[in-house]
Amino acid sequence: MKIAPGLNFRGSIGWKDRVLLRDLDFAARPGEWTCLLGASGVGKSTLLRLFAGLDDGIQFDGTLSDVSGQVAMMAQSDALLPWLTVLDNVLIGARLRGETADRSRGQDLLIDVGLGDHSHKRPHELSGGQRQRVALARVLMEDRPIVLLDEPFSALDALTRSQMQDLAAGVLRGKTVLMVTHDPNEAVRLGHRIIILTQQSLEAIEPPTGDIPRGIEAEDVLRIQAGLLQKLRTQI
Amino acid sequence: MKQLAVTCASIFLGLALWQGVIWATDLPRFILPAPALVAQTIWESRALLAENALVTISEVVLGLILGAALGFGSGIVLATSPRVRALVQPLLVFSQAVPVFALAPILTLWFGYGLGSKIAMALLIIYFPVTSSFFDALMRVPKNWLDMGHVMSANRARLLWHIRVPAALPGFASGLRLAAVYAPIGAIIGEWVGASKGLGYLMLLANGRAKTDLMFAALIVLAVFTLILHAGVSAFVKHWIERRFAPDQH
Repeated sequence: MKIAPGLNFRGSIGWKDRVLLRDLDFAARPGEWTCLLGASGVGKSTLLRLFAGLDDGIQFDGTLSDVSGQVAMMAQSDALLPWLTVLDNVLIGARLRGETADRSRGQDLLIDVGLGDHSHKRPHELSGGQRQRVALARVLMEDRPIVLLDEPFSALDALTRSQMQDLAAGVLRGKTVLMVTHDPNEAVRLGHRIIILTQQSLEAIEPPTGDIPRGIEAEDVLRIQAGLLQKLRTQI
Repeated sequence: MKQLAVTCASIFLGLALWQGVIWATDLPRFILPAPALVAQTIWESRALLAENALVTISEVVLGLILGAALGFGSGIVLATSPRVRALVQPLLVFSQAVPVFALAPILTLWFGYGLGSKIAMALLIIYFPVTSSFFDALMRVPKNWLDMGHVMSANRARLLWHIRVPAALPGFASGLRLAAVYAPIGAIIGEWVGASKGLGYLMLLANGRAKTDLMFAALIVLAVFTLILHAGVSAFVKHWIERRFAPDQH
């Protein structure tokens, strides 16, 4: 298996002529989950969009890994197209690039995320958790080495969220994952690295030991999660 | 069933009011004919009404199809080309300041007394609502869908065809619903200005000869046709567009 590339950014980011992040030196290591936390509006999603190549008025000055064509993205909104079936939503990438879609692989990926019987349905017939599973299958279908996750599970209930975390950790193994989250529990369960972003600096938090997804009841998971929440509270 | 009962009651109320005015004011029949007389005229002149209705219906339907097609194309061009948009949008807004009615005589001069000028009127009157509702919808496509397309390396044409157009079809559908109500107005005005056939022509003719009952008969046929057209277009867009492309809202 080819080793996934990492993500690097060094420099300053601005938006609408305002400097958002100054002299940032950020790296996400190849093949690992990096969880990015921080106050709302600090620029977490902006950094993510910069890696995704979504240019909507973001200005930056510095060096940025060129990862165009190697990135898949999943956000809080599932962005499923309501007029397509679940399977066709999974295959949308090929259609958008004018390639022939591999339908049987799409079907297999739907089975992997537990929706094998739902491929002919349309998104409005699914629950919120199921829709996020479809979005995850769509990311897997893209088969790109880097996956950007922008609070993908934050709209789900706690139970569904923890199930989605387990599922995502399993199916995205080996990929370079950068995840923006507000949830310290999520960061502690999934992050090989946990980073708090503030306007002035990056602060790396020592994650619990062990492979991801880490158990919700493990002693060090709970302890580090509490410490992380405490730290985030003092920043706002 | 209940809906049908309410509709019938509503029609009955309208007829009762109409008859009530006649009883109360004793207006002569060439000013306001009674509902029964109009019903009788509709039956007796059914061939004449049908012949003229057919002309009006073809004008309206052709105008509707052409106007919808033109509006669809214009919406796409406006939404995809900022340069065209900058040039054409002020023109479109200005054109809306000109009452379409005022153009009827010139259209008759250009397209003649036949179907052409009436189709052009129907087309002109629906063009703007169709274009603007489709254009607005194309510009309001959810950003996260477009972001997804960009990340998936879609080019502009495929993004347009696979995401923007399908996402905007429900907006196009609301334009069509409006168009179904406006198109008959355009055709009738066209006929008033100069025609030798059609319900609008028949109305003017009947009015001029004080055959008010025939004028009312033509009016009622026109109203019934417009209602059927609107119901037909509504059913069409609901089934083929809204339930397909925005099932979560319909």
